[in-house]
Amino acid sequence: MLKGKSAVVTGASRGIGRAIALELASQGANVAVNYAGSEERAQQVVEEIEQLGVKALKIQADVANESEVKEMIKKVTEEFGGLDILVNNAGITRDNLLMRMKEEEFDQVINTNLKGVFVCTKAVTRQMMKQKAGKIINVASIVGVAGNAGQANYVAAKAGVIGLTKTTAKELASRNILVNAVAPGFIATDMTDKLTEEQKKGMLDVIPLGKLGKPEDVAKVVRFLASDDSNYMTGQTIHIDGGMVM
Amino acid sequence: MADVFDRVKAIIVDRLDVEEEKVTLEASFKEDLEADSLDVVELVMELEDEFDMEIADEDAENINTVGDAVNYINGKQ
Repeated sequence: MLKGKSAVVTGASRGIGRAIALELASQGANVAVNYAGSEERAQQVVEEIEQLGVKALKIQADVANESEVKEMIKKVTEEFGGLDILVNNAGITRDNLLMRMKEEEFDQVINTNLKGVFVCTKAVTRQMMKQKAGKIINVASIVGVAGNAGQANYVAAKAGVIGLTKTTAKELASRNILVNAVAPGFIATDMTDKLTEEQKKGMLDVIPLGKLGKPEDVAKVVRFLASDDSNYMTGQTIHIDGGMVM
Repeated sequence: MADVFDRVKAIIVDRLDVEEEKVTLEASFKEDLEADSLDVVELVMELEDEFDMEIADEDAENINTVGDAVNYINGKQ
């Protein structure tokens, strides 16, 4: 399905990013595993990808740092001979009530989760314009659509990602670069493990399917958006949330 | 000079799909050659590759005509 394609997945050492990297690799894509801090886990993902018979690259880069990102994209393009798919997945949380949230906590989350998408997208555009083809998939969040108490920074960033997705889609449509987002709901990862029992119960009550999602549930939709099966879609945000927000 | 102009012209003709005679030094990309903003960005990218140079965004903003591009490239070489 993605045989011979070249992909970069940011924040791919664990959670949803890891599942996406493995899913794309399982469909034949060569995958660059970007990570910020967890080198060991990134290495594991690289090894798992290589076992699938495709190429993998482990690359450390802070997605909000333009020079690091440029270097990363250059390396991937050279090693894989092009760049067809970018998955902007890297994200952090610094949850706090608005009244207690420090400016620094707000800035950090906006920087990684929103500016990081801008920086990475800008960095791949040149190559994709030359190829006259490309797929960019942004991992937003359902809270970016619906809001969530205690996550002002995260929600603002994710809502920003949805707007950025639409604008990038419009700007690059004429060059056949398709840009879509996924908005995962409550997916079982390290990030959701940090939520309190009370928060978890509250969320389960509002999920019509009555259960958490798995990283693979998100990865499969990303694989669809990365493939030629979604070639008449751009600027969309697909909810993967067990029916939470309709 | 002529050499740079010819190379620039070839890229413009190919990229913007315009008649060769329309590509004069005075021709404005947006008005005379009907390029949109994205076309201009792409042209600048191609010129960077063709002449193996980097054109800073601030400089690129001042390139409005074919002559501007040719002069810029000549000035850098």
